[in-house]
Amino acid sequence: MNFLLINFFLISLLLVTTFFIFKTTSLISVVALTGAFTLLCSAIYVNLDAVDVAFTEAAVGSGISTILMVMAAAKLPEGKKNKLINLFPSIILAVAISLILIIIITNLPLLGDPNAPIHLHVVPEYLKESKDFFHIPNVVTNILASYRGFDTLGETIVIFTAGLGVIALLTSNTLNRKTNFKKNKKNER
Amino acid sequence: MRDKISSSPVLSVVSKILFAPIIIFGLYVQFHGDYGPGGGFQAGVIVAAAFILYSMIFGLSKGETLVPIMINRYLMCVGVLLYAGVGIVSIFLDGMYLDYNVLSSDPSTGQHIGIILVELGVGITVATVMIALYHSFASFGEINE
Repeated sequence: MNFLLINFFLISLLLVTTFFIFKTTSLISVVALTGAFTLLCSAIYVNLDAVDVAFTEAAVGSGISTILMVMAAAKLPEGKKNKLINLFPSIILAVAISLILIIIITNLPLLGDPNAPIHLHVVPEYLKESKDFFHIPNVVTNILASYRGFDTLGETIVIFTAGLGVIALLTSNTLNRKTNFKKNKKNER
Repeated sequence: MRDKISSSPVLSVVSKILFAPIIIFGLYVQFHGDYGPGGGFQAGVIVAAAFILYSMIFGLSKGETLVPIMINRYLMCVGVLLYAGVGIVSIFLDGMYLDYNVLSSDPSTGQHIGIILVELGVGITVATVMIALYHSFASFGEINE
């Protein structure tokens, strides 16, 4: 009962936050509200006993990405206020997507159903053997680093590549080279 | 952005007080990930948050003296190479790629060593990439002649 009440409370807060994200026109407040949104999401994950996911969401979603978004927003020129010109196509799109989601939700297994497909595949095996074999209580770490070591290696490389891409695009060295290139061209002429 | 965001003493004192505890908490999350929630990804982000806080409050120039850009870039590679290197080492010890059982005479201990090293690699890469992202965002637009 407590679980349901807390979930209801958090999800209604999520709805309120979404409404205000939709209503505000200032970029910085949208960034702040998005941070609040992800923090609420991580509270919902804690309520669902997914502590590791909640931790990641709180650190990455509401921590670092909010800071990076604030930095990016500070670099943008002060634009005109966002006017919603033609609402009709977006309303149709939103209604269609929500209809599809509602249809999918009715086909999902119930929350915590032991016969759900996800609980019948490899998860029972992992839960049974991982503690005796690894002597590490956190099964999430075992799965992440050992059973699924390749996936995590791939994720690390993805983060590394993303960092490389941003450095290549945004660092002042590349900008310097571009301006030098332009200068050289002018000199040749 | 290169200068201080504000000269308020409250901000600088509070961030000086918070800097060390944030890093210690990040290390706790990193090395306690086997026993509680946490791991390389979260720890990397938390440690990066401490450095980002420092360069936000004291200015980007001071942040860059604290974490020099080139060292930060080398560390990005070190993290990925540490992860991939654990796999290579296990190949040389007659195992499969990323098979931690062969890292020690006892398979369970080998798994422990492997997981801790791999998580450390993830943590280093995530932390340095986040710092690099912040620095490139913050220094974007200024051209050093």
